[in-house]
Amino acid sequence: MITTTQTPTQQADAIDLMVNMGPQHPSTHGVFRLVIWVDGERIVKAEPHVGYLHRGSEKLCEGENYGQVITLFDRLDYVANLNGELGFCLAVEKLMGLEIPERAERIRVILCELNRIASHMLFYGVYGLDIGAMTPVLYGFRERERVQALFEAVTGARMMHNYIRVGGVKEDLPDDFGKRMTTLTDQLGRGIEECDALLSDNEMFLERTKGVGVIGPADAIDYGVSGPSLRASGVAEDVRVSEPYGIYDMFDFGVPIGANGDCWDRYYVRVEEMRQSLKIIDQAMRQLEPGPIMAKVRRLLRPPKGEVYARTESPRGDLGVFIVSDGTDKPYRVKVRAPSFANLQALQHMLRDAYIADAVIILGSIDIVLGEVDR
Amino acid sequence: MIGSIKGLGVTLKTALRKPVTAQYPAPDKRLEIDERYMGFPALLWDDTVAEPYCTGCMVCIRECPTQCMSAKMKDNPLHADGKSRRRKIVEEFEINLGRCIVCGICVDVCNFDAIEMSHEHELGKYARNGNRVDLPELLDMGKQFQQETGWKPTQAKNIGRVEK
Repeated sequence: MITTTQTPTQQADAIDLMVNMGPQHPSTHGVFRLVIWVDGERIVKAEPHVGYLHRGSEKLCEGENYGQVITLFDRLDYVANLNGELGFCLAVEKLMGLEIPERAERIRVILCELNRIASHMLFYGVYGLDIGAMTPVLYGFRERERVQALFEAVTGARMMHNYIRVGGVKEDLPDDFGKRMTTLTDQLGRGIEECDALLSDNEMFLERTKGVGVIGPADAIDYGVSGPSLRASGVAEDVRVSEPYGIYDMFDFGVPIGANGDCWDRYYVRVEEMRQSLKIIDQAMRQLEPGPIMAKVRRLLRPPKGEVYARTESPRGDLGVFIVSDGTDKPYRVKVRAPSFANLQALQHMLRDAYIADAVIILGSIDIVLGEVDR
Repeated sequence: MIGSIKGLGVTLKTALRKPVTAQYPAPDKRLEIDERYMGFPALLWDDTVAEPYCTGCMVCIRECPTQCMSAKMKDNPLHADGKSRRRKIVEEFEINLGRCIVCGICVDVCNFDAIEMSHEHELGKYARNGNRVDLPELLDMGKQFQQETGWKPTQAKNIGRVEK
């Protein structure tokens, strides 16, 4: 047992058993290294090492013009590409003071919420794998595949879309979009319920996740945790509600929150969020009317001199994009506030005093994407 | 117990429905490719004058985020004979498909219908530089794409206009 008289660091000095996990480890969801100091089966201290997937995206942005930067934002959070694109485009639009056509706004909302479902479905699947269940990943990927098939029909690509543009979207929806969406939302609704029934109440799953990796609301806020991981701790903070961007203030949807801030809450908040996303999609689909999809912008964008910070709610949390423009066609500086990176910092807190066998479960529950963490 | 049984019910239902996957390499079982699907870029062929649409104006090359293309322009011999409205025509064009990120920016910026995202997506080659495709290969990809999809030009009015 751990004595409470010592600080974790002192304990770490005394114990001297260090376990290294990663960077090449399948459960780290990428290349991520976690160094754990253990006392028996208990974790005394954990140290995340990031940067193995560093591609210098922020620096690369400085060498590309505004249209090309969108392709880089596709590759930051590579399981929720459209949400990344939206973050950048919103920032540039804010800087230029652009008015976005209604139809474009609705298309963005529909596609981004679909992307949120696809992203959470990936989380659902791999979280099952993290725990040792093989079946959920097959169900999760089935649903994700359906969303991606629709993306392929709309944007031309399954993942790297380059579809949301500064001022609107690239092209209008295909003619059979309404029909396809009806089938898709139907299938997704049933799929979410099926996934929920498959895993959420499973006794073994509950044993592994209930009360594991607990983080309280105050601690979570202190660490800068955002998105579903924060809401699981009981803080009802969602950028779509607290600081609505685009047309999110027009929709009626709930913000699911957890009670305990443990792994199960972080898991279930995401499942519930998928249902809420479907609700948003449903409302947006009903309001979809023909109209222009692009504001009047020049092909080569030259935003005015200045700085801008725009926040969006990506599936992982509060995605912030900060741009400094010097009036040329290339941004002077781009800074991305990646939600995964901030969420990852809370890992040390969650892992303290946990069992070493739970390390992977806790890491999985915060749903990091290392493309975004390391940028 | 109830939770596990509920889960088992879901997996049991799987036995009663059709598979959702497709056998990939089998030619008759592949999934259909959507009309908008963006494969690798290809150059299109103008059947009316039997020459490429591309004039080698280099706009796609300048706008490409990964600099995966290169091109050379020449005076169009058919223009001198009065058969074509294009003053300049592409002489060489190379795309390194291994470097292309399939973003579609080249298609967006092209003023002459010259480049289009084809449905070609298989990248396996036998040579180290097998993915560097030159003008004839790009035009073959484009012709196949035009045939498959019944592609129609949309920017015909720009032909013969001089890029400043």
